[in-house]
Amino acid sequence: MSAFRTCPSTGLKVHGQADALIKANAVAATVALLVGGVAAILVLLTRWQAVHLLEATMFYRMLTVHGMNMLIFFIIFFEMAVLYFASAVLLNARVPAPKTGWVAFALMVVGTLMVEWTMWTGRADVLFTSYVPLRAHPLFYLGVIFFAVGALTVVGHFFAILVVAKREMTYDGSVPLVTYGALTAAIIAAVTLLHGAIIYIPTFLWSLDMMGLDPQVYRMVWWGLGHSSQQINVAAMVSIWYLLAALTVGGVVLNEKVSRSAFVLYILFISMASAHHLLVDPGMGPSWKVWNTSYFMYMAVMASMLHGFTVPAGIELGLRLRGATQGLFGWLTRAPWGDPGFSSLVFSLVVFGFVGGITGVTFGTEQINIIAHNTLRIPGHFHATVVSGTAMAFMGITYYVIPLIFRREIAFYPIAKIQPYVFAIGMLIFSMSMTFAGSFGVPRRHWDTTFTGAPFRPEFSPAVDLVVGVMGVGGLIAIVGGAMYILVTVWSVFFGKRMAPDDSGLGAVGRGLPPGITHPPRALEPADAERLEDRGWLGPVPGTMILVLIFLAAFITYYFVNWKLLSFLWRVG
Amino acid sequence: MTAEVKYRSGIEAPERIWWKKVHKTERVWVWIAFGWSMVLFAMMPLWHFRGGQNPSGIRHTVEPAAYQARVAEFIQQYQVGTDNGFPVVAPPPGSDVYLQSSMWAWLPVLQLQAGSEYVLHLSSIDVNHGFSLYPLNINFQVVPGYDYGLRVTPSETGEFHIICNEFCGVGHHLMVGKIIVVDGASGAGTEGAGGEDAGGDQ
Ligand code: HEM
Ligand SMILES: [Cu+2]
Ligand SMILES: [Cu+2]
Repeated sequence: MSAFRTCPSTGLKVHGQADALIKANAVAATVALLVGGVAAILVLLTRWQAVHLLEATMFYRMLTVHGMNMLIFFIIFFEMAVLYFASAVLLNARVPAPKTGWVAFALMVVGTLMVEWTMWTGRADVLFTSYVPLRAHPLFYLGVIFFAVGALTVVGHFFAILVVAKREMTYDGSVPLVTYGALTAAIIAAVTLLHGAIIYIPTFLWSLDMMGLDPQVYRMVWWGLGHSSQQINVAAMVSIWYLLAALTVGGVVLNEKVSRSAFVLYILFISMASAHHLLVDPGMGPSWKVWNTSYFMYMAVMASMLHGFTVPAGIELGLRLRGATQGLFGWLTRAPWGDPGFSSLVFSLVVFGFVGGITGVTFGTEQINIIAHNTLRIPGHFHATVVSGTAMAFMGITYYVIPLIFRREIAFYPIAKIQPYVFAIGMLIFSMSMTFAGSFGVPRRHWDTTFTGAPFRPEFSPAVDLVVGVMGVGGLIAIVGGAMYILVTVWSVFFGKRMAPDDSGLGAVGRGLPPGITHPPRALEPADAERLEDRGWLGPVPGTMILVLIFLAAFITYYFVNWKLLSFLWRVG
Repeated sequence: MTAEVKYRSGIEAPERIWWKKVHKTERVWVWIAFGWSMVLFAMMPLWHFRGGQNPSGIRHTVEPAAYQARVAEFIQQYQVGTDNGFPVVAPPPGSDVYLQSSMWAWLPVLQLQAGSEYVLHLSSIDVNHGFSLYPLNINFQVVPGYDYGLRVTPSETGEFHIICNEFCGVGHHLMVGKIIVVDGASGAGTEGAGGEDAGGDQ
């Protein structure tokens, strides 16, 4: 038996070990999502002050569990699967060192288990940031080190796959854009994990009383890991946007130069990222803050704004080239909204941009951070980026990974179809109301905002109670969406109908397969490009041009409204 | 044949040379994005010159024990009463004001005059804490070993609370302090201040 199979849908040659490693990492990611999701329910129902479910100790413990499982284990395990997919699968390449791949996976699993043990037994009630001198059990730090070394090994393996593919000439021309994006994610991951080693090894030694550690230096280097890793998530997410656009509507790349340069911009300034978390810290001066928080003059923001244009433009053009040419937005009405891959892509793009991106840049402004730091505005922001953006994109691609890699049909397909809508709407309500509550000064990571037992008791206005209630409802809807996702994926992977090796699903109706597989976008012909009309300055993608201008208007408005709010405060400096 | 197809998706390998001319529309957006990025960047230095709210501060490192001693001295010097067991301290306008954070209290209660500038020092004697002035929503990080001296000018009278908004252990939610701002014109920094607010909170 050959070590490769040929994918009947895409014609790609897939190495058996690539299949297996993708599956293992994806399953580990889903387990972490489940654990983090259970913690999410408990944390949510405690923050919802009217319900106030958990006791204080348990709340902070579950908050630690939620942060670690979601942000670290779920996201990074999934990214490992993405790296194998974007290299070995998309390039028809073999996995050169499968043993190393499995050792890396085992290291990550062992590291995860060590961390889980310390958290669940109350030996690490320090939240995922574990700011020194809060102290956790040494195995907590060692577990993170194991996990990071494992992940770093996978990144190295990814580079090796690229080298092997090139040497063995498994593809023509340059690597596809999606692989290129994954490559940027991998490079950023290497830098990030290095920061991780620089901070967790001393912290581990510190936890054994073998050395001292400065709390401010800890914060700086820790966020060199913590925030740069968000840039891995962004690069991985954008790669998946291009991938989903290609699979669902035959989205095209307007210009490889622009998209690739934008990816490079992510890499260049990445080590500066920790500043976002230190803008109102005592350890650094204004010029350090200004240069670093802007990643050298907002070049990464510019990169995201470019992708935010090229991805929808690629979708619009892909649809127009295939005949959806009516009016400005005819392509949108012709789009496959029932394809969970497509709807996830759109929600990921829109919520990440409009909510996550705009709030992030605004709060990451040196002075505006004064009215955002450590309030609920911050988790409001990142549930719109890493959850509604990255996690949503990861969920969307799963609906293709299950048939293409796991070779199973999607179980409960009608549920899968509406899952992105439920999750996205819930998250949108949740993150926006969280952000809104934060602008009243409601703190993040806080067990009791009625301050029972405190010497002085500030009272939030009743409006805040209402907003927090809406946040609770939105969060519950999102949890239902998350549960639907877990139900569908777990059931499909273990009990879903198997697909025969030569079953492409082409033309099928009524099966658990997304339209991008049963009715894939037709291949383009040279004549298609000639039919495009060019609408003056709006160019070949007029709809997208209008949409990005609306985005820009929203961005400018939110940004300057926040300066205005800041200006009402006491003078401070 | 394939060479003639102008567009490819992101999962197809393009020809080796992908450095091609950019379409006008896309170029327009690139320049808009660049221009906006420059505005974003310029706003921060600009606010340092023109704006009233900056996190610059006077920054030093300080031994937690030394800071604790300085706070004790400060309290002794200017205490005017107590509030709920906490010393109320009314320093003269323009002076240095010391606030200590520890698990889980802000010390002391400050009484300041509206319209006067103070240098408000923040530091912690144990773990990280978060200074969050309610209801104004002014937030700063408080890091052990570092003295953050912020020049502040209270601009309105009233009672303000300090909420801790950095997780600092299981008593985090108990950590609430207070700043009282009195009318600067009355000139009184020292008389009857403690009694005015004592016990007014529970
Ligand atoms: C199913 C939907 C989810 C709900 C309802 C939810 C809810 C919450 C809540 C209520 C908090 C506490 C905020 C605070 O008190 O400061 C929180 C924190 C957090 N969440 Fe989620 N979450 C969800 C999914 C996710 C996902 C998928 C991720 C990551 C990919 C994530 C990452 C985080 C992180 C990193 C924190 C901060 C933890 C900390 O401050 O230490 N969440 N979430
Ligand atoms: Cu505190
Ligand atoms: Cu605290």
